[in-house]
Amino acid sequence: MTDAIVLAAGESKVPEGIFLFIPPLYDIFGSLAALIIIALVFWKKVLPTFNRVLDERAEKIQGGMARAEAAQAEAQVALAEYHQQLAEARAEAARIREEARAEGSTIVAELRQKASDDAARILENAQRQIAAERQQAAVSLRAEVGALATELASRIVGEALADEARQSRVIDRFLDDIEASATIGSREN
Amino acid sequence: MLLAASGDGGLPVPSMTEFFPPAIAFEGTIFEFNRISLVRWIAVIALVALFWAVASRARLVPGRAQSVAEIGLDFVRVNIAEEVLGKQHARPYVPMLTTMFFAIFFLNVTGIVPGLNIPSNSVVAVPLLLAAAAFVAFVWAGIKAHGVVGYLRTSLFPSGVPWPLYVILTPIEIISTFILRPLTLTVRLMANMLAGHLLLVTFFMLTNYLFFEAAGAVKAVGLLTFGAAFAFTVFELFISALQAYIFTLLTAVYINLSQEAH
Repeated sequence: MTDAIVLAAGESKVPEGIFLFIPPLYDIFGSLAALIIIALVFWKKVLPTFNRVLDERAEKIQGGMARAEAAQAEAQVALAEYHQQLAEARAEAARIREEARAEGSTIVAELRQKASDDAARILENAQRQIAAERQQAAVSLRAEVGALATELASRIVGEALADEARQSRVIDRFLDDIEASATIGSREN
Repeated sequence: MLLAASGDGGLPVPSMTEFFPPAIAFEGTIFEFNRISLVRWIAVIALVALFWAVASRARLVPGRAQSVAEIGLDFVRVNIAEEVLGKQHARPYVPMLTTMFFAIFFLNVTGIVPGLNIPSNSVVAVPLLLAAAAFVAFVWAGIKAHGVVGYLRTSLFPSGVPWPLYVILTPIEIISTFILRPLTLTVRLMANMLAGHLLLVTFFMLTNYLFFEAAGAVKAVGLLTFGAAFAFTVFELFISALQAYIFTLLTAVYINLSQEAH
């Protein structure tokens, strides 16, 4: 140990006691310069740069999250809208179907009514035509019967004048028969 | 370093001349320059260059170097400043605390860098200046929070104490707050680095002596001392970071104590 101190003594001076804790002026000066440089670099360059980067990153992350949330909300709104439109479309379809069914049954009922009307009308026409023809037949028959009767009468008169009384009875009866049958025929009309 | 070792016989031991090397240039002026000053400037340039380079290349999506730098800066800002001072109060002190932490660490760690081999914090200048900065910071924080009179009252006359006790309490508070705080900050840092360096030098010298000058089987003991030297080198790395952390944390705590009335 003594050797070491002796050896070193020539090259540098080791302070004693309290002076170990009191730096020489040049050391204070040099250290101060060193620390000021470090402080300036951190204060003016490093920390502002990193703070800016951190802020930007936080901003970016928060912005991204906000955008994602907005997109999700938008998607949900769109989904709800789509569901609503779907429901509306279904309701619309059901309504149209219902209307068509109602309309269809109305048409069927109308057609049926019209058909039965037509049928009734056709039947009536036919009956009327038949009645008219019978009337006409009756009229022409009556005329013909008159002529036949007259002819028959003349023949009877011409051939058997002797039995005049019987002859008139026959004629009367004949005419009555005709009359009766004509009455029956016209009543059937 | 080996200059101090004795060359002839006897176990070599390091001496305090380790920490007071001869001047290299400008001897006798305030620009005097020795080995430790040189090592200090190398550490300063390394620190500044490293952070400058990373900061200049800072991107939104960090690369590997930027991630590491951000972890370091976040450690000081969040785990020291904001945790002790609270988020609002921390902001103005973050630059100072960050500077302290990284300056102390880089000036410590030169002790285990091969070729530099001396922590420049093992001489008193830098620890003393940093303690002075801490002192100014916590006094200023107290004055800002309570005013000059208010700060002196809250720190020297703690409330809730019967007034006769102030006769004892106030001198104790004066000594502990305004003298012991900066002194302990200085001595803790300096003594830790000084002791660590002496320990490393001792082991390396012993290893050297045992390998080359001891006789026969005693040489084998050199393996042991070499292993110890390696272990203490790793330990010094840890101590370098720990001392930086302690110094910065205590500064933050002192600032906090000044801000809060007690």
